[in-house]
Amino acid sequence: MLLRATLINIELLFALLFLGLLLGTVVALLQVYGGRFAGTLAAGYAWVFRSIPALVLLFLFYFGPSQFGVNIPPFVAATLALGIRSSAYQSQIFRGAIQAISQGQMMAARSMGMSQLQAIITIIIPQAIRLSLAGWSNEFSSVVKDTTLAYVVGLNEVLRHARIIMDRHYELAMLTYLAVAVIFLVLTYSGNRSLSWLERRLRIPGLQMKVGTQNT
Amino acid sequence: MSLLKAENIHKRYGKEKVLRGISLELERGETMVVIGPSGTGKSTFLRCINQLTPPDKGRVWLDGVEVTHPKCNINKLRAQMGFVFQDFNLFSHLNTLRNVSIGLIKVKGMRKEDARKLAMKELERVGLNDKVDAYPAQLSGGQQQRVSIARALAMEPKLILFDEPTSALDPELIGEVLEVMINLAKDGMTMLVVTHEMGFARAVADEIVFMEHGVVVEQGSPQQMFSAPKHPRTGEFLNKITELYGETA
Repeated sequence: MLLRATLINIELLFALLFLGLLLGTVVALLQVYGGRFAGTLAAGYAWVFRSIPALVLLFLFYFGPSQFGVNIPPFVAATLALGIRSSAYQSQIFRGAIQAISQGQMMAARSMGMSQLQAIITIIIPQAIRLSLAGWSNEFSSVVKDTTLAYVVGLNEVLRHARIIMDRHYELAMLTYLAVAVIFLVLTYSGNRSLSWLERRLRIPGLQMKVGTQNT
Repeated sequence: MSLLKAENIHKRYGKEKVLRGISLELERGETMVVIGPSGTGKSTFLRCINQLTPPDKGRVWLDGVEVTHPKCNINKLRAQMGFVFQDFNLFSHLNTLRNVSIGLIKVKGMRKEDARKLAMKELERVGLNDKVDAYPAQLSGGQQQRVSIARALAMEPKLILFDEPTSALDPELIGEVLEVMINLAKDGMTMLVVTHEMGFARAVADEIVFMEHGVVVEQGSPQQMFSAPKHPRTGEFLNKITELYGETA
């Protein structure tokens, strides 16, 4: 029962990470290449959504619209609230990575006749992904756990199920929550392992990564 | 008609006037060497030519097409001007072969197989066909610079701009890069080279330009510049630079 509910957390995790990745990339690119106006807007976005507590965002996205008769399903509200929040954090990881790439890379790409967009897609992003992975792995560990916050908007995720179990069998409280804890240990561990595998996989021969875990 | 023409190029950074009216013409097949003290605007001038740094004033033509025209297709024009950087700027996530072929594929729209063949040919030309799978970080500085020359050559440019191509290299690696450049000059490539390598200038330059404080002080053939400079600063600078760097080529 707990394991089945965990699937909801995993679905939410993938949905919010995907949304965060998409928005985060756009925000980071705007912040670095968007010029003054778009850059300030992007920086403001990142600041706002990193400053508001996750619970407040969840309540805002779930109860806010329903006040005006727009009912958003808990899963969607949680994906939006946590995904947008994660995009703010992810954008800063990507921005740091993009800025860590030498400006010469962009200059070399432009000097051979690539447009700025071509240079971003073929030269900057592939390098930024590699530089982002360590920081992204950190963000991953943090949002895995954040999925349990969706409890407060009534999503039938693992923590809510644990609560239901405990309400019926109080004698199982310790065991139930320990089980939940173990589930998250496993989730975080396997996620981080996959990411560090990816990091090793993508490592550029001969190049020391500026950030990230070294196997030296 | 000259292949490259720059007319009255001005550029300032804040209050500092880096370029104060530079005009130059380069004929097809010619090698022009630009010398001058650091901070004189030589690199800025090269970047004004391919618009990596757009000039504040002045115009540039490549083969009769105005590069500084606001409506020109700058990407297309840049593809016709190779640029070799002081610190190479090879794409660090791509191996040697991909560094050379990526422009052919992305900019020229060439098929991958054709691009690979052409890239191989150019790498052979710079003597690195045994390093096609290596990544930039696995190469010496001299090898990296030769790859970057191959990368420029593969685009079949009308001219190549060299921005102090040997200044970031250990002394023992300078020779291999100069050798490639000398062969290019002999093969008739049009080259505009900012460098302190006087041996190279003597060996292959058709014309030497001495720049200082954002203006061209003097220009002429190597013989004239080395033996009978008209301007006292030219002679002073040439003596100092030959003493400092020697003549490696």
